[in-house]
Amino acid sequence: MKKKALILLTAMLAIASMPALAQNDMSSEKLRALGKKVVLDRKKGNCVACHVIEDLEAPGTFGPPLIAMSVRYPDKAKLRAQIWDATKRNILTSMPPFGKHMILTEEEIDWVTEYIHSL
Amino acid sequence: MIRLLTIVSLLFLSTLGTWAQAKDSTPAEDREALRKYFQSKFPDIPLDAYKDGAYIFDPKARAQFEEIEEFPPWEFDVEEGEALFKAPFKNGKTYADCFENGGIGIAQKYPLWDEKREEVVTLPLAINLCRQANGEEPLPYEKSDLLKIQAFMAYTSRGKRIEGPEPTGKALEAYKKGREYYYSKRGQLHMTCANCHLQHAASRLRYELPGPLLGQTTHWPAYRSKWEELGDIQRRYKECNKQVRAKDLPYQAEEYRNLQYYMHQMDIGLEFNGPSSRK
Ligand code: HEC
Ligand code: HEC
Repeated sequence: MKKKALILLTAMLAIASMPALAQNDMSSEKLRALGKKVVLDRKKGNCVACHVIEDLEAPGTFGPPLIAMSVRYPDKAKLRAQIWDATKRNILTSMPPFGKHMILTEEEIDWVTEYIHSL
Repeated sequence: MIRLLTIVSLLFLSTLGTWAQAKDSTPAEDREALRKYFQSKFPDIPLDAYKDGAYIFDPKARAQFEEIEEFPPWEFDVEEGEALFKAPFKNGKTYADCFENGGIGIAQKYPLWDEKREEVVTLPLAINLCRQANGEEPLPYEKSDLLKIQAFMAYTSRGKRIEGPEPTGKALEAYKKGREYYYSKRGQLHMTCANCHLQHAASRLRYELPGPLLGQTTHWPAYRSKWEELGDIQRRYKECNKQVRAKDLPYQAEEYRNLQYYMHQMDIGLEFNGPSSRK
């Protein structure tokens, strides 16, 4: 019985540490690809509904085109903050507060930030 | 609540510029400010054009719209609606007995403040109240003969101007509630009606154009290609609320009626052109 519990505990620990390992292992290219998916997904970021982004389909015009982002946001944290809660900078904005209202998970916001920053 | 009101007045201030006393402004002042806002933003668009909604920003969709209107998809609904409207109830009375001028040419006055009921009454609600007063069951507000009756009544108002008395007292309170609804953030996506229909009326949301607040009440019921049938303005309220993942309200909820009352006040003087067709 004790042995079984020990095995279970070890297995649980191993599983718990797996995502962290996987995250570290993920190349930034992979993160950007994941971010791009979220940006396009109507049920997730749906950023293209409002922003012109690269060559992505259905570009909207509510917000400004997202180009030269690394130049305009040298500080990646500032970019992430804008995505997490755009109302902080402008209370009247139409841009949804993706983090604050849990529209996206923290992890998804990391991916999106990686992708947008690369534009 | 305070936060909400701040947002409301901030939005008035930012979008409507000089409108410093938003919360205390009268419907007439609000109407004036709204028209100034759109006219300064789109100086080439005459006030009378706003009855055609988003089409004023999209010549291609407009051409399609005009083609559709040559053989309107709501034509048979109006015919059937007329027959339904004229058919007597079991007690021998008809709809005409419930309405001013026998119900002809009065759709442009709705929604209105009903002094006796002390609430806003929309045209579909008035139709159902008439049924109930005559011992008939009310009709559903979607996919039902109600839309046909409404379409017929609307048809007899074509070309008239949206009208209604300036709200005072309790009616003014209802107006203010409707106005607050329009400018309040809602839903998980945290957007106001004004975000889409004032700030971004002519912007693209993917392929869609939200269209301006001004003129949103002039043309109901509308045949939407997406619905493939007639629907009322509140059906679109429900869709817009769903779009921002906000709480859905039942048809003719007090909030929706007050909202419609506010929007109707903004359109006073515009031409009534229901029933209509929309993308
Ligand atoms: C419903 C409309 C809407 C959606 C959806 C939307 N945005 Fe925005 N966004 C805006 C608007 C409008 C602005 C302009 C800034 C403001 O209003 O304060 C903006 C601004 C931005 C900015 C700042 C741009 C600059 O020039 O500084 C970034 C970055 C941004 N958005 C990223 C995103 C990302 C990433 C997503 C999706 C996860 C997204 N937006 C979804 C409307 C939207
Ligand atoms: C996320 C953006 C967005 C928000 C927020 C929004 N709408 Fe809309 N609304 C639209 C779009 C886009 C259309 C046009 C859809 C089409 O072309 O079929 C529309 C259409 C409408 C129409 C029909 C207009 C016509 O001429 O037929 C009405 C009325 C309307 N909205 C009212 C509201 C109200 C009231 C609210 C707030 C409770 C609201 N909307 C919030 C995007 C929005």
